[in-house]
Amino acid sequence: MSETATHCPYCALQCGTRLSHDAGRTTVRPDAAFPVNQGGLCQKGWTAPALLDTPGRLTRPLVRGADGQLAPAGWDEALDLIAGRLERIRAEHGADAVGVFGGGGLTNEKAYQLGKFARVALGTSQIDYNGRFCMSSAAAAGSAAFGLDRGLPFPVTDLAAADVVLLAGANPAETMPPLMRHLAGPRLIVIDPRRTPTAEAAALHLQPTPGTDLALALGLLHLAVTEGRADREYLDKRTAGFDAAWRRAAAWWPERVERVTGVPVAEMREAVDLLAGAERAYVLTGRGAEQHSKGTDTVAAFINLALTLGLPGREGSGYGCLTGQGNGQGGREHGQKADQLPGYRMLADPAARAHVASVWGVDPDALPGPGRSAYELLDSLRTAGGPRALLVFGSNPVVSAPRAARIADRLASLDLLVVADFVPSETAELADVVLPVTQWAEEEGTMTNLEGRVLRRRRLLPPPGEARSDLDVIHGIAVRLGQDPARFPTDPRTVFEELRRASAGGRADYSGISWERLDAGEALHWPCPEAPAGTAPHPGTPRLFLDAFAHPDGLARFAEVEHRDAAETPDADYPLYATTGRVLAQYQSGAQTRRVPELAAAAPGAFVEVHPDTAARLGLRDGRPARVSSARGSTLATVRLVPSLRTDTVFLPFHFAGAGRANLITSAALDPRSRMPEFKVCAVRVEPAEAAGAEL
Amino acid sequence: MSAGEVLVVGGGSAAHRFAERLHHHGHRGGVTVLGAEPAAPYHRVLLASVLDGTLPPAALELPALPDGVRMHAGTTAVRIDRARRLVHADDGSVHRYDTLVLATGARPALPRIPGLPRPGTSDAVTALRTLADAERVLRADPDARRTVVLGGGLLGVEAAAALTRAGHEVALVHRGPHPLDRHLDADAGKLLAGRLAGLGVELHCGREAAAYCAGKLTLDDGAVLAADTLLLCTGAVPETALARRAGLAVGTGVLVDGRLRTDDPRIHAIGDCAEHPGAAAGHLEPAWEQAESLARQLTGAGPREAGYRGTRCVTRLRVPGIDLVRLGGRPAGGSGSGAGAGAGAGSAEVVTVADPARGRYARLTLHGQRVTDAVLLGLPRAIAALTRLHEQGLPVPAGRLEFLLGIEPAPPGADELPGDAVVCRCNNVTKHAITEACRAGAADVEQVAAATRATTGCGGCTSTVRSLCGMARTGGSTS
Repeated sequence: MSETATHCPYCALQCGTRLSHDAGRTTVRPDAAFPVNQGGLCQKGWTAPALLDTPGRLTRPLVRGADGQLAPAGWDEALDLIAGRLERIRAEHGADAVGVFGGGGLTNEKAYQLGKFARVALGTSQIDYNGRFCMSSAAAAGSAAFGLDRGLPFPVTDLAAADVVLLAGANPAETMPPLMRHLAGPRLIVIDPRRTPTAEAAALHLQPTPGTDLALALGLLHLAVTEGRADREYLDKRTAGFDAAWRRAAAWWPERVERVTGVPVAEMREAVDLLAGAERAYVLTGRGAEQHSKGTDTVAAFINLALTLGLPGREGSGYGCLTGQGNGQGGREHGQKADQLPGYRMLADPAARAHVASVWGVDPDALPGPGRSAYELLDSLRTAGGPRALLVFGSNPVVSAPRAARIADRLASLDLLVVADFVPSETAELADVVLPVTQWAEEEGTMTNLEGRVLRRRRLLPPPGEARSDLDVIHGIAVRLGQDPARFPTDPRTVFEELRRASAGGRADYSGISWERLDAGEALHWPCPEAPAGTAPHPGTPRLFLDAFAHPDGLARFAEVEHRDAAETPDADYPLYATTGRVLAQYQSGAQTRRVPELAAAAPGAFVEVHPDTAARLGLRDGRPARVSSARGSTLATVRLVPSLRTDTVFLPFHFAGAGRANLITSAALDPRSRMPEFKVCAVRVEPAEAAGAEL
Repeated sequence: MSAGEVLVVGGGSAAHRFAERLHHHGHRGGVTVLGAEPAAPYHRVLLASVLDGTLPPAALELPALPDGVRMHAGTTAVRIDRARRLVHADDGSVHRYDTLVLATGARPALPRIPGLPRPGTSDAVTALRTLADAERVLRADPDARRTVVLGGGLLGVEAAAALTRAGHEVALVHRGPHPLDRHLDADAGKLLAGRLAGLGVELHCGREAAAYCAGKLTLDDGAVLAADTLLLCTGAVPETALARRAGLAVGTGVLVDGRLRTDDPRIHAIGDCAEHPGAAAGHLEPAWEQAESLARQLTGAGPREAGYRGTRCVTRLRVPGIDLVRLGGRPAGGSGSGAGAGAGAGSAEVVTVADPARGRYARLTLHGQRVTDAVLLGLPRAIAALTRLHEQGLPVPAGRLEFLLGIEPAPPGADELPGDAVVCRCNNVTKHAITEACRAGAADVEQVAAATRATTGCGGCTSTVRSLCGMARTGGSTS
C-alpha cells in the first residue's frame, strides 16, 4: 500500500488529505492534523478518488479529422498540428490572433508557465483565465484599499476565536463545508437573498433584493457612524479618505436602504450593534457580493464598513474574501491574468516588466501589454481584431462563462481550438485538438489556498495512458514554435525555482519558499522573501497589515462608492430576478463532479428554485420542467418550490450542461474595473416547459 | 436634443442630484446652480440627526458637484426674463440659460399665532427647514431645554423624538386627534401616541396654539406650556414665487407635465416646488427620480427617456425604535406607476392585524393581490418586505398573516424528521442511513461517521447524529 499527504482537488480551502492506493483501489481520508479542515471533508472530497478513473477520462490526444470527429492521435502528431497552425495564424494575423485561457485550478507552476508561454513563446497579449469570473472584484477592491490582495490576510483558523463574523454573499455551508468548523463559535451575520444553509446557521440573516448589497453596505456604514460606532482613532491613524466615503454613505440612511434592499431597519441596527459590539470581528465577502457589474464597488463598500469599525490590520479582526477555486489565489498571482506578471506584478509597470523579462531572458520591450479580460476575450473570438485560435487549460467556458450560447458559438467558430483537460468537458467537445493532462493525484506542484498559504500537491499514481502534465504540453508547443527547450522546463520543481526568482520583490513574493521547507511541514504564507545569505529563513506572513497597509504611506484607503442598479432589473417582459450559484455536491462547471456517480446522484440536474406563490401564479409545479428565459436565451430546469425564497427571485445552480446551463440566461454586463460579469442578477420570466414537450 | 447652457435655480437635494446626473449622463454644456442658502448643499433629510447629536452639521454636506458645475451659494434668483432667457439674482448677477430648471423647494408654512415673533428673529422660535434652523436649536441654553414642537406630522414627530433623545423635555402639540393623523387611522394613531409617550414625549393632541409670549405657548384649552424653544413643524408650501412672477402656470406648485416641463418648454421644475399628479409633495424619492428622469431626458440617455410617470408613495417614519410605514394613498389622481395604480382592478381586500399589547398593527388594502394602501406599525420585517413589493408592484404572498408576522416554520426536532430527510448535508447522509448504521452496530458519533461520513463535513449535524444514536440505543422512534 502506498500513501501520500496531499490536498483535495476542489475548492480554495484545499483540505488536507491522506491519499492511499491498495490493490487497485484509491481511497482518501481527511488529514486531522491540517488546521484548515481539522479532519473534515465534504462529499466532494470523500469521493474525489472517483475522479481518477472517471468514465471518459482522457488518456490519448484527440484530433478532429476530416469527418468532423475527434479521433485518437499521437502526441507528436497533435503537437505538430497545433504548432503548425499557430505558426500560420500568427504569420497571417499577428501574435494577438492567438489567445490563451487558463484556470484557477492549475498549480502555481502551471499558471506561471502558462503566462510565460503566452508572453514569450506566443508573444500574445491575449491571455486571461476563469478566475476573472471568481474573485476579481474582491481582488480589485482589496488591492485598492490595502495595496495588496490576499483573499484572507490572516490564517483561516483565526476566525474561530471571533465573536462575530459577517458573511456578505457567501454560503460556505454548501460551497466549502469544512470552513464552517471555524465559524461554529462566532455569531454569524449572513447577507444573502436566499435562506441558504449558511443563513440558517446565522444569528442574523439579512435578505436583500438581488443586486442591492452595495446599498446595504452603505447603510451599515451610515448606521455605524450615526450610532457613534466609528473608530475615530483608527480612522485617523491608519486610513485615508473616510470623509469622501462618508459623503456618499450619508445619503444612505437606514430607512432609504430598507426601501431599496428590503432589509428591515431594525435588522441593520442589529447587525451594526453585533459587529461594533464585538471584541473580535470579521467582514468576509463571497461571490454573492462580488459577481456584479458593480462588484468592485460592493466589496469596497464592505471594506469601508470594516475600516470604519477599525477591523483590518488588527489581530483577531479583519476583512477577507473567501476565494473559490482550488488555486484561485495562486492562479491570480503568477501571470495568467491579462494585466499581471508573476509575483502579483502589474504588466503595465516598467520596473515589473524589466524584472520579469530579466528572469525570462528576454527584452522587456518584447513583452506584450495588457490584453482583454476573460469575457471580452471569449466574446471577441473570431471577430474583427479578436483571436482566431485559442488554447484552453483547465477551464470549461461553454458552461461557466456568462451568455454561454454566444461563447459556445464563438469557440466553435475558431480556426483552432485546443483544450487541455483530463475529462471531455463541454468545451473539449468543441475542440480541434484535445490534449489529455494529469490531475491532482498524478502530479507534483504547489497550490496557494484562500489564506495565502502555499501547499504541496503530491503524486500518488502514474498518469493513465498517455496523459501528460500541462507543463509537458506547454514545453511541447513552445519548442515547436522555436523556443529554447530549457526555457520551458517540464519539471514542476524547476519551474517553481524560477517562479521564486520571478516573484522576488513583488507583492506576492515567494522567493523564500522552497519545496524543501514545504515538505518539512512549514506553514508558509506569502509574502515570504528570501532571507539574505547566512540569516534565518523568512517565516512567511500569516497575518498581513498588522503594522501597516501595503500602500507606500502605510494607510488603508476608503473608496468613494455609490450604489447603482444592476445592469438589468425586472420589467414587464422579464418580471423576476434570477440569481445563480452553487450546490454542495457539484463543483464549478461540473465537468469533474457530474462524472462522480455519488455526486451525480446527490445533485442530478438543473433545477430552479421558486417561491410557492410565484409558482402558483405562473402555473409551475414542483418537480416539473420550466423554461427560464432572459433577453439572452432560455434554459430548462426542474421546478423546486422553496417557501423561504423571495417571491421576486428565482435561483439556478450553474453546474449543469447543455440545455440546463444557467449561464444561457446570465448577463455579460461587466464591472468597469474588475471586468467581472454580472452572474448574480438578471431579469427573467419563468414558464412551464411541459407544453413545449421538453423533457429534462 | 442638446440642453445647451443649463441653469438650475435652487441648491437642495433635487438640484444637486440633477446636476450630478446631468454630468453622469454626458451633458457637456455649461451648468450653473444658484442656491439661496449660504451653506454648500446638504442633506436636509438628516436634520433630525443633527438635532439628536448623532451627526455634526458638517457631516450633512453633499459630495462636491462634478467639475465644471458653477455653484453659487447664497444667491437667490429674483426674476426670470423668459424673452431673453436670463435669470436675475439678488446679488445683481445675471445668468443666461438655454434650459432652466426650477428646484426652489418649499418653505415652511407658518401658523398665525398671536405674539409669535417672526421666525429667524429669535433663537427661541424657529421653523425646521434649514441647517441654520437646526443650528439655532442646538444653540439653546443647556439649562433651558424645555422644547415645544408644534405640529405632529412626519417632521414634527421625528424632531420631537430626536430632541427627546438629545435630552430635551419635549411637548408635542398637534391639532389632529393623534400624531400623523393624515396617515394613520385611530388604532394605529393610538399605538404611535403610546410609543412616543414611552420615549418621553409629552403629547397634546386635538389642541391648537392660541398665543405665544416670552417662552410660553398657550393652547386653546388654556394650558400653558413652557417653551425655551418653540419649533414650528406646521407644514411646507412649494416655493413658487419666482415661477408665478414669471407668469408660469402654478397650482399648489409649479405645474409640470410628464416631461417635467412647465408651460414654457425651456423651463422645467423638479422636487418640492413642482406639482406633478404622480408625486407626493415633500418627499425626497420623487425629487430624486425627477432629477434622474430630467437628466436623462435632457441628455437623450435611455431608457427612461420616456419621461417621469410618478413615484410610489412610501411614508416611512425615521425614529429609531419605532417602525412605522404608510404605503400609497397620498398623491391624488396619480396615474401610471404612481400610487393608486391597480385600484379598480377588482374589489378591495382588507387585511387587519391588531396586537396592541405588543405594539403591532397592520391594515392593508389590496387590489388584485397588490397593496394600494397600507399602514404598518411595529412589524419591522413586514414593513421592509411589503415596501419592496409595493415599489415593484408585486403581489403580497398568499399567507398574509405569516407574511405580516414574519413567521418561519420551526426546524423539526430529530425525532420528527422523516426518514429521507438529509441530516448531514455535507455528505448527503439521510436520517435513514444513520439509523441503519446504528442498527448495524455503530454506537457513537465516531462510528456513525466511519460508516456513513455523517458529521465529517462542517460538523454542524453532530448533535443531531448523537441524539439519533441515543434514540437507537434506547429504542426510541427512528422511523
